[in-house]
Amino acid sequence: MDTTKVANTNGTEPAIAAKPSRAGAVASWADDRLGLATMAKKNLRKVFPDHWSFMLGEIALWSFVVLLLTGVFLTLWFTPSMGEVQYNGSYEQLRGIQMSEAYASSLKISFDVRGGLLMRQMHHWSAMLFVASMMVHLLRVWFTGAFRKPRELNWVIGCLLLLLGTLEGFTGYSLPDDLLSGTGIRAADGFIKASPVVGTYMSFLLFGGEFPGESIIPRLYIIHVLLIPGLLLALVGAHMLLLVYHKHTQWPGPGRTEKNVVGFPMLPVYAAKAGGFFFIVFGVTALMGALLSINPVWKYGPYDPSKVTAGSQPDWYMGWPDGALRIMPGIETHIWGVTISWNVMLPILILPVVAFTVLLLLPFIDAWVTGDKRDHHLLYRPRNAPTRSAVMVALMTMYGLFWAAGGNDIIAIRLHASINQITYFLRAAVIVGPVIAFLVTRRWCISLQRKDNETLLHGYETGIIMRSPEGGYTERHLPLDATRAYVLTARDRDPVVDGEVQHEVDGNGVPTPHTGRLSGVRNRLRTLMWSDNVQKPTAEELDAGHHHAEHEHELQTALDGHAADGHQFDGHHLVEDEGLRHH
Amino acid sequence: MRLLNRSAGRLSRHRRGPLAGLVVLLLGLLMTGGLYAAFSPASADETASSADQIAKGRELFLVSCSFCHGQNGEGVRSEDGNQIGPSLVGVGAAAVDFQVGTGRMPLAQPGAQAQEKPPTFDDDEVAALAAYVASLGPGPAVPDEGDYSLAGMSDEERQAAITRGGQIFLTNCTACHNFEGSGGAMPRGGYAPRIRGVEPRYIYEALLTGPQNMPNFSNGNLSPDEKRDVIAYLGSLEEMPNYGGFGLGGLGPVPEGLAAWIGGIGICVGFAVWIAAHTTRSNKKKVEA
Repeated sequence: MDTTKVANTNGTEPAIAAKPSRAGAVASWADDRLGLATMAKKNLRKVFPDHWSFMLGEIALWSFVVLLLTGVFLTLWFTPSMGEVQYNGSYEQLRGIQMSEAYASSLKISFDVRGGLLMRQMHHWSAMLFVASMMVHLLRVWFTGAFRKPRELNWVIGCLLLLLGTLEGFTGYSLPDDLLSGTGIRAADGFIKASPVVGTYMSFLLFGGEFPGESIIPRLYIIHVLLIPGLLLALVGAHMLLLVYHKHTQWPGPGRTEKNVVGFPMLPVYAAKAGGFFFIVFGVTALMGALLSINPVWKYGPYDPSKVTAGSQPDWYMGWPDGALRIMPGIETHIWGVTISWNVMLPILILPVVAFTVLLLLPFIDAWVTGDKRDHHLLYRPRNAPTRSAVMVALMTMYGLFWAAGGNDIIAIRLHASINQITYFLRAAVIVGPVIAFLVTRRWCISLQRKDNETLLHGYETGIIMRSPEGGYTERHLPLDATRAYVLTARDRDPVVDGEVQHEVDGNGVPTPHTGRLSGVRNRLRTLMWSDNVQKPTAEELDAGHHHAEHEHELQTALDGHAADGHQFDGHHLVEDEGLRHH
Repeated sequence: MRLLNRSAGRLSRHRRGPLAGLVVLLLGLLMTGGLYAAFSPASADETASSADQIAKGRELFLVSCSFCHGQNGEGVRSEDGNQIGPSLVGVGAAAVDFQVGTGRMPLAQPGAQAQEKPPTFDDDEVAALAAYVASLGPGPAVPDEGDYSLAGMSDEERQAAITRGGQIFLTNCTACHNFEGSGGAMPRGGYAPRIRGVEPRYIYEALLTGPQNMPNFSNGNLSPDEKRDVIAYLGSLEEMPNYGGFGLGGLGPVPEGLAAWIGGIGICVGFAVWIAAHTTRSNKKKVEA
């Protein structure tokens, strides 16, 4: 009988619970009223898998926090008004000049508010990082297959965040009313006016009259500090809630399945890691804000529609439509006295909308093509979805080329090239480049798959050269360890496709799924998706490969009586007694 | 001792030495001559030296310039009517001083635009060439320092001039030369060069003569005072500290975007890798995953 749980005294004092600690008392008080303990208990122990690529979205999250903090600071001094004032602040080069209150207060923040310039620059840098990290995060999600069911809606939310982040950036850098931002708003006015029929009406609505008017800065301001941040906050919340609900995806490995998450709990591990990462992102932003000049509004001078500066570019996230605009050939149509300005409409109004729609629909297009209705919580390596990876690389290439076009003048002066030649080159490159990128990436991925199979079947290269009695030289290969082999084989077999339209009904007269008007297209896409992929080796192939390797090993062992197992030189076991060393 | 007490044995302390008259006469002559030389209009001697200079300039011109500009600076056309070198009649000394003094001429190579390079000629030779070209026809002269200097102004006047110059700069110059004079691209390989740290004289001459793709800002267009103010503004940018930190080349949002991607995202992703690589463990010894 186990007596350890039996009282070992006959004392008369009753057991009294110790007085709770002060922290415990506060926690109990709060829990009695808020009832958070149950939820916290569950969520503080929530497990997240560990991988650097899972922290890219976090950069965006923490940049957003930095944006909120620095943005609140800036609102305390910024005056969103087009009212004209004479500047009498510290910046001598502009003293006495008439300018808008918005610009004057931007100068005041930069020169007369303690820490103001640092805050302005931090705000601007973190905005750049915010959008950039969202894009990097998006790429990670696509390349590893984290967009698949059940996460398609989170992809959509992420895309909306990217769009809103971009608009938030545009409204933000338009506020100081300096020469550059005014030029940007002027350009936006032109884009709006390029929409057929309703263009001028929309422009008058937005500007409250003819450009620039008095209304645009206050309107952009309220969009920038209230409307879009509110939407961003709500969508960030939804994004995170869905993340918690779906649970984080993980890389395949021993013990990691579609039904579990292997990793570390929120508290203390991820609270520390994520909290620490916040301070790192904050620190990087602060360093950039302190050391690197960004948008020196004082040098641009107040906006005046009669002025413009060379090197007028939007911030990087608006750069690619600007690039499309720069390389678009000048095409116009005149119908019934109305000018349709294709050269503005196509690159600025149509292209970005099409691009965004395609981005938004990618997971749905993918699901339609693959016909995959299963849940996926295990990621794959980009090479194991060659066509998907190739699609994204093609889109990235197109984006990058449009981006380069947006900086064509800077490229021209830095590389001493002709801006015209750059433009002609890019006109062709934005169409040809993505195609080449698609083909190259797809073949590259397939080759990497082949490499994986090679390693699985014949082992890894040890770097040990064996000489046969005939005098031939071969490199010794050793089988992978089980974990590595598991990781390499932990992927689905791709469906075998023959590219033919499936029969409308099966043998029992039941209509086969996935037939319809587009089934031909769909089947061709399925063929493109999978037909060239390399399947992972079957169990039989693996066995045969291992058997072959063992056999080879034995053959070589017999040669000199020493088992040259390939570990002679890597410190896996002692080799003092082995003859191989002494030769 | 004897030297100091030379007058001791004389009849009077006020009695002049025997050579005093001669010395006074010589001094008088020297002063008259010197003042005359200083204040007289161009003397015969100077004309001669100017003629020498023109002759020297012509020699240099014949060797280094005439192949494209013609032996008398009349310009050369190719057979199909293209211009090899423009006529230099009437471009004035200012144009020569700018083009040759900044090394743009003689051309490094034919191309969209003459590139700046270390000057081929020294100051005297540039002056000789300028004198020769100026002799071909009337044109703008090399400006004096007084034309572009703010010397002699009070602080307020100076500040007003800089502010005015900034506005003129933003109106007339930034469209090509960029908001802080970092330069910009022009069609077909042309470019508006970086104009930071350029000698004020050359900026003034460029405004006067409109080299390469640049329009000519005549005195009727931008008065000499306005030219001076633009130069003063550019000078004030040189003296101004970089308030925001490292300026990234002063080329606007493109280098800023590059810095955000390469620097900002690069560092953050690097830290993410670092954080993910250091996972929890119960003892100090690191276990390879």
